Amino acid sequence: MLRRLHSEQPESFAFTPANQKWAEAQLTKFPEGRQASAVIPLLWRAQEQEGWVSKPAIEYIADMLGMAYIRVLEVTSFYFMFQMQPTGSVAHVQICGTLSCMICGAEDLIAVCKDKIAEKPFTLSADGKFTWEEVECLGACTNAPMAQIGKDYFEDLTAEGFAQMLDDLAAGKPVVPGPQNGRYAAEPKSGLTSLTEYDSGKTQYNASVQLAADIGDSVKRIQGDEVPLLTPWVGKDGVVAGRAAAAKPPKAPEAPKPVAKQVEEAKKPAVKAKSTPEKKPAAAEEVAEVAPETLKEARGGLPDDLKLLKGVGPKLEQTLNELGFFHFDQIAEWGEAEVAWVDSRLKFKGRIERDGWIAQAAKLAVGDDTDFAKKAKKDGRYEDE
Amino acid sequence: MLKDQDRIFTNLYGMHERTLKGAQARGHWDGTAGLIDKGRDWIIQTMKDSGLRGRGGAGFPTGLKWSFMPKESDGRPSYLVINADESEPGTCKDREIMRHDPHTLIEGALIASFAMQAHTCYIYLRGEYIREREALQAAIDECYDKGLLGRNAAGSGWDFDVFLHHGAGAYICGEETALIESLEGKKGMPRMKPPFPAGAGLYGCPTTVNNVESIAVVPTILRRGADWFAGFGRPNNAGTKLFAISGHVNNPCVVEEAMSISFEELIEKHCGGIRGGWDNLLAVIPGGSSVPCVRGENMRDAIMDFDYLRGELGSGLGTAAVIVMDKQTDIIKAIWRLAKFYKHESCGQCTPCREGTGWMMRVMDRLVKGEADLEEIDMLWDVTKQVEGHTICALGDAAAWPIQGLIRNFRDEIEDRIKAQKTGRKSAIAAE
Repeated sequence: MLRRLHSEQPESFAFTPANQKWAEAQLTKFPEGRQASAVIPLLWRAQEQEGWVSKPAIEYIADMLGMAYIRVLEVTSFYFMFQMQPTGSVAHVQICGTLSCMICGAEDLIAVCKDKIAEKPFTLSADGKFTWEEVECLGACTNAPMAQIGKDYFEDLTAEGFAQMLDDLAAGKPVVPGPQNGRYAAEPKSGLTSLTEYDSGKTQYNASVQLAADIGDSVKRIQGDEVPLLTPWVGKDGVVAGRAAAAKPPKAPEAPKPVAKQVEEAKKPAVKAKSTPEKKPAAAEEVAEVAPETLKEARGGLPDDLKLLKGVGPKLEQTLNELGFFHFDQIAEWGEAEVAWVDSRLKFKGRIERDGWIAQAAKLAVGDDTDFAKKAKKDGRYEDE
Repeated sequence: MLKDQDRIFTNLYGMHERTLKGAQARGHWDGTAGLIDKGRDWIIQTMKDSGLRGRGGAGFPTGLKWSFMPKESDGRPSYLVINADESEPGTCKDREIMRHDPHTLIEGALIASFAMQAHTCYIYLRGEYIREREALQAAIDECYDKGLLGRNAAGSGWDFDVFLHHGAGAYICGEETALIESLEGKKGMPRMKPPFPAGAGLYGCPTTVNNVESIAVVPTILRRGADWFAGFGRPNNAGTKLFAISGHVNNPCVVEEAMSISFEELIEKHCGGIRGGWDNLLAVIPGGSSVPCVRGENMRDAIMDFDYLRGELGSGLGTAAVIVMDKQTDIIKAIWRLAKFYKHESCGQCTPCREGTGWMMRVMDRLVKGEADLEEIDMLWDVTKQVEGHTICALGDAAAWPIQGLIRNFRDEIEDRIKAQKTGRKSAIAAE
C-alpha cells in the first residue's frame, strides 16, 4: 500500500502543553542518547491530538528527538496505525478483517461501512464525520467480529447493531464499547466453565470498557491531561534506580551528517570563536555549568522573535522566555559553560550546538538574516499564533 | 480437566478485583523477595526443571533461554524485553493477562529480570491495545507506589524498573529482533542472527525477549514448585496454557487448560461444541495463522501440545490460538485471507518474502475463483518452497505454511473448483 505525505498539509504543529509534558515524560523511559526510542509513542500522541500525522508533526517530533526528518517519516509510513491523511471528524472506523473475524461476519460489517461511510476506505463520508478501513488482526479473535473505533474495541458485533452504533456516534449519542452480545469479556457466552469456585462480585464492566467509561475519551481528540503519564521511576533525586544500578549502554553511533550541514559547520567556527567569552573555566573535564545573565522581562517589553532561530519552535521559545532570555544578543553572548547551563534545563541535550544557535543569534542580533529566518518570515509559519 | 486451584490466571475474565490489593488476595506478590533471595541459579534451574516452553509460538525452553544471558556484566547493562505485540491472527490470550491479571506479569518481570541480572525491563505492547496499555500502566504505577518496583524492588535489594512501550500496528514487530529495532525507534525490520539478542540486543546490550505468558507464569511456578507445573501435560510439553478458541464453535473463549488436553475435550468442555456438531467440522488451525491447517476428521482425537501437533499432524501448537472452521467455510478463501495478511505485513526487507507473499496471494486469488489451471497448484507449492527458509526471519515461513497446509489437505477441493469453473458445472463438493 502506498503511504506518503498527504497533498495538503497544515501550516504548523505543536503539542498542547499537557501533551508536551506527556511527551517529555516519555523520554525518561530511555537511557541518555536513546530518545529516538520514543518516536512511536510521540507520533501516536500527535495523531491522537490531531486525528492524523502531518508533515509539520513529523518535523516537530524529529526536532524534539534529535532525529533526521526522513527517519521519522519512514517510521510513520512503516507503521500502519499512523494515518497519513485526515480522518473523519468523529471517528476512524477500523474493521478487523482477518480470518477469525472474516469467518464470523466481518464482511457484513465492511458492507455497512461501504453503505454508511464511503465506498472506498480512507475516504471521508459525505458529512465528514467518518472514515473507515479494513485492518489486520486486532487480537480479539474470540470476540469476533469486531471493530476498533477511536480507542475502543467493539466486540461480538452484528451488522444491524454496528449500523445502529454508527448512527448513534454520528448523532453524538454515547455508545458502550466491549462485547455487544451480553458477554463480559472473553469467557464462554453460555456461562463460566472455569474459575467458578468463587465470586467476588464483579464490577460493571471488564477492564477495557471500565476504562473507557471512566476516562470518557473514546472517540475524542485528546488534550493530553486525560491520563497523565506519571513517572514514578524517576526518584526524588531525579535518578532512575534501575538505570543507575546498571552499567551504561554504549553510546549510539553518530548519524552521518548531511553534506549541507558539514559545509555549514565548516563555516561556523569563526563566528563561534568570537562570541566565546574568555572567562571559560580552565581545563575542566566536563564543562561546568555557569548561569548566564538573564532578564526578568524583555527590554522595553519588546522581545525578539526567537523562533527565527533554526531549531526553536513556539514551545522552546516559551521555555527560553521562562528561563529569562528574550533577545538574540543574550544568546550570542553564551559561552560553553552557559550553553551547558541552558542545555541542562532544556531537556534537549546538544540542540544548541547542533543547530548552531549562537552563530545564528550573533547574526540576527546585529540585524542580519539567516537563511532560516528569511524562509520563516517569508512563509509566515508562525504568524497565526 | 484442570481444577480452579491449579489455574495460574485466576482473574482471566476480570470478574474479580483488578487492583494490587485484589491480586495480593489471590496470592500474587507473595514472598517475592524470598524467591529472589534463593538466587539466580536456583530460579533458572527451577524454570528448566518445570519444562516451561516459550508461549509465544516457537516453544523454546524458557529456562534455557535465560541461561544464555551473560553471568557477569562486561560493562553493558542487560535488558529483559517482554513481547506483548500479540498480533498473530487467532491469538488474544495476552490481552486478557494484561488487562485483567497484570500483576502476574509485573511480578514475573521482576523475578525474570533478576535471574538475568537486568535492572530494566521494557514491555512492548501492540499499539492497538490502548485500554490494555492504560490498565497495565495503572498496575505498574501502583507497584511503584507500594515499593514493589523501583529502588530495592519488593524489598529484594534489587533496583528494577519496568517501562511500558508500544508499537503502532506492525505484525513483524512480534519477531524479536524486529521488536528490538522498533524499540530503538526504527522501522521494525528483523536483524540477521547471529549475533543473538542475548549477546547484542537492545542498544547493543545483552537482551532476552520473552512472551507475556511465559513471564506471567514464572512467579506461580517458583512458588508452587517445578514438579507441580511439570505435572501437567505430557513430558516435554509441560504445564498449563492459555487457549484461545475462535471461529465456528458455539462459545468462543479464552481459557486456561492443562497442556496435552484433547481437542475434543477442550471444545466440548469450554466451547459448547462445534457449530452444527462434529460432523460439520471442516478444518482447524490449531496454533495461530502461521501453522498449517488440519482436516477436521484428524483433529477430533488430537492432543493439544507441541509434539503431537507437529509430529502427528504436521502442524503446530504455536500460540495455542485455535481457529475452528465448519463446513460452511470456504477454506480456500480462508487461506487466501491469511495470504493477504502476510502480504500486508511483510516488512519488505528480503526479496523472497516481499515479492513471494504478493505472488502467493495473487495465485490464491485465482484459486478462490477457480480461474486457474491445475498446474498452478504445483507451481504455487513450488513458490512456497522458494520463500520458506530463504528469509532473515520466520515471516516467510509463516506465509508459506498455511498455503502448504491447504494444498496438502484440501487439494481435491481446489481441483474441483478449477474443474467446475472450466466445465461450468458444479462439483459434488461445492453443491453440498
